[in-house]
Amino acid sequence: MNRRHLLAAPALALGLSALGGAAFAQDPLKVGFIYIGPVGDHGWSYTHDLARRAVEEHFGDAVETSFVESVAYGADAERVMTQMALSGTDMIFATSFGYGPDMNAVAQRFPDVAFEHATGYIQEAPNVSLYNARFYEGRAVIGHIAGKMTETNTVGYIASFPIPEVVMGINSAYLHAKAVNPDVNFRVVWVYSWYDPAQEAAAAEALMEQGADILMQHTDSTAPVTIAQDRGIYAFGQASDMTSFAPESHLTAILDVWAPYYIERIQARIDGTWEAGNVWHGIEEGMVGFAALNDAIPEDVRAEAEDMIERIASGEYHPFTGPINRQDGTEWLAEGETAPDGDLLGMDFYVEGMSGSVPN
Amino acid sequence: MLRLEKRAQPSNFWNWATPLLAVALTMVAGAILFAFLGKDPFAAIKMIFWDPLFNPQFAAYSRPQLLVKAAPLILIAVGLAIGFRAGIWNIGAEGQYIIGALCGAAVALAFFPSPGWYIFPLMVLAGAAGGWAWAMIPAILKTRFNTNEILVSLLLVYVAEKILAAMATGRMRNPDGAGFPGSRNIAQYPAASNPEIIAGSGMHWGVVAAFIAVIFTYILLHKHILGYQIRLAGQAPRAARFAGVAPARLVVMCLGFSGAMAGLAGLFEVAGPARMISIDFNVGYGFTAIIVAFLGRLHPVGIVLAGLLMALTYIGGELAQFMLGLPGAAIQVFQGMLLFFLLALDVLSNYRIRLSWPEAA
Repeated sequence: MNRRHLLAAPALALGLSALGGAAFAQDPLKVGFIYIGPVGDHGWSYTHDLARRAVEEHFGDAVETSFVESVAYGADAERVMTQMALSGTDMIFATSFGYGPDMNAVAQRFPDVAFEHATGYIQEAPNVSLYNARFYEGRAVIGHIAGKMTETNTVGYIASFPIPEVVMGINSAYLHAKAVNPDVNFRVVWVYSWYDPAQEAAAAEALMEQGADILMQHTDSTAPVTIAQDRGIYAFGQASDMTSFAPESHLTAILDVWAPYYIERIQARIDGTWEAGNVWHGIEEGMVGFAALNDAIPEDVRAEAEDMIERIASGEYHPFTGPINRQDGTEWLAEGETAPDGDLLGMDFYVEGMSGSVPN
Repeated sequence: MLRLEKRAQPSNFWNWATPLLAVALTMVAGAILFAFLGKDPFAAIKMIFWDPLFNPQFAAYSRPQLLVKAAPLILIAVGLAIGFRAGIWNIGAEGQYIIGALCGAAVALAFFPSPGWYIFPLMVLAGAAGGWAWAMIPAILKTRFNTNEILVSLLLVYVAEKILAAMATGRMRNPDGAGFPGSRNIAQYPAASNPEIIAGSGMHWGVVAAFIAVIFTYILLHKHILGYQIRLAGQAPRAARFAGVAPARLVVMCLGFSGAMAGLAGLFEVAGPARMISIDFNVGYGFTAIIVAFLGRLHPVGIVLAGLLMALTYIGGELAQFMLGLPGAAIQVFQGMLLFFLLALDVLSNYRIRLSWPEAA
């Protein structure tokens, strides 16, 4: 038997086992994860890693996962994905929008590997799938709670970058705060970072100086909720349940819940039914969740919040339902009209009533 | 009792032996660390140092990747080494790298999508000029107002990062990018891209530039009067002044050269491996290059070896993460130990270790 035959033998065996159905024990499916930050950030990357662990638990020996943390966009990401594919990984989840060009380049070279890209928009290969969460649904709920609970009528918002994802979050929270409190004012500080505890802390302090008694954040660290706890004001956590960092101040948190999607997609890959798609899931599908509501929230507000969560989940209510005007007074959505996804994904304007402007 | 005795002259033998010893000690200490993390220490060390080079499954891919990863480190480090030799401390190569990339990308985006052979050369000039100009700020502040170039160049890194973020979300944002931050994909724009010169070789123009820079600095440092002046200024500043070396000229020259090299590295990176300007475009090459410069003993050839070694620990470190489940932080500690041991062992080149016993009173 020469080398070629030696190599062919296992391939033949594999073919037979496929024909024979699931009678033979199969190799575990290898799934690789790539994170933009450290798994211990308690924010974005941490929630993806929680889901990875849920995958391990769910599938047991049928799936083997691996991950690399703090992978930079560009050459590093491309290299990590390529090495994963070369080492026999069957499915790769890359969990930040900037991995798009790298993932598509690698996907073209490895047509048999399934690629899943979080919050991306580039699909240049048939084996690249996109998924994202409708976090603005969660923002609507915390906006409502904040509007009801603020005493200074000033809500502080720690924003990362002026991109549609963040702008739509601000608008959603503001609209629902204003709906229950016409005098409410949002103050936004842009920190130009997703994760920078020192800057986020400084922003939190600055917002409190300006009278904010409730903080919201679109950044990943626990610094803002920790400061809120120290100073005795309220705050909402981000991405994961941050209650333990601010037991009295943490009203709730919008949770990133990736596990159901990951389990569904990996199951599809195992079954051989995986296909590239492009989904934007929300509360209904369970991709957006909430940490336990704090006891500090009054009973009626809690009931309203829970009701809103239910109505969004059932599809009865869309957080962007007209009439809504742009900040400059021009009409965006007419009475009863709901926002098309395309408008949301390109949102670069504030809604009417917001002060300040989106930096450009 | 151990006693240190200062050598009249730094030992040439130890000067070159300590980096090797530092690597060996890092392996030992790293193995202990990995064992404490519950991993097989031999497998981990092998995964980091051996598999990227010789593993039949992926070495054919990862070997050329060493060049891709090492090229910007080497290019920046040779630039820095010249200044470090003269006692001029440019700590802000990371910022010059960013500005060089921004200037080069600006040229590409201005010409998009027109073809033209002259676009890429113009970008190269713009990249070098951008890095040079950013380094001129600490240079002029030092020569005019006697400010500390370490602080000024370092703090300008943070300024450059803010400019980068503003550009990625503002002026340079891809108009077809669905509102996401980040520029157009420059690597997909043929007139401006910096692709592999030979497919699968890892060789892009940045690698070529790094090797040219190594040869150039070798000749400059060892065969040219300017190199003599640089070394003299670093070792004996007073003597250098008597010998007619103008300190201000040297500051401007060294900072300018290292800035231009860092800017070039940024340009080749943005048009090639990194593909585009993004918020997080810079990944620390400018800082890691400082380690590479010292690990390579501020010698151009040493820097090539040190750059390749650093690249190896990065690539092997990633392998160890997903093949063995080592945490990313453990890899960083491992890399940190390398510099720590190197600096600690420097004592051997400058001192002799003597065993002595205290005399009876």
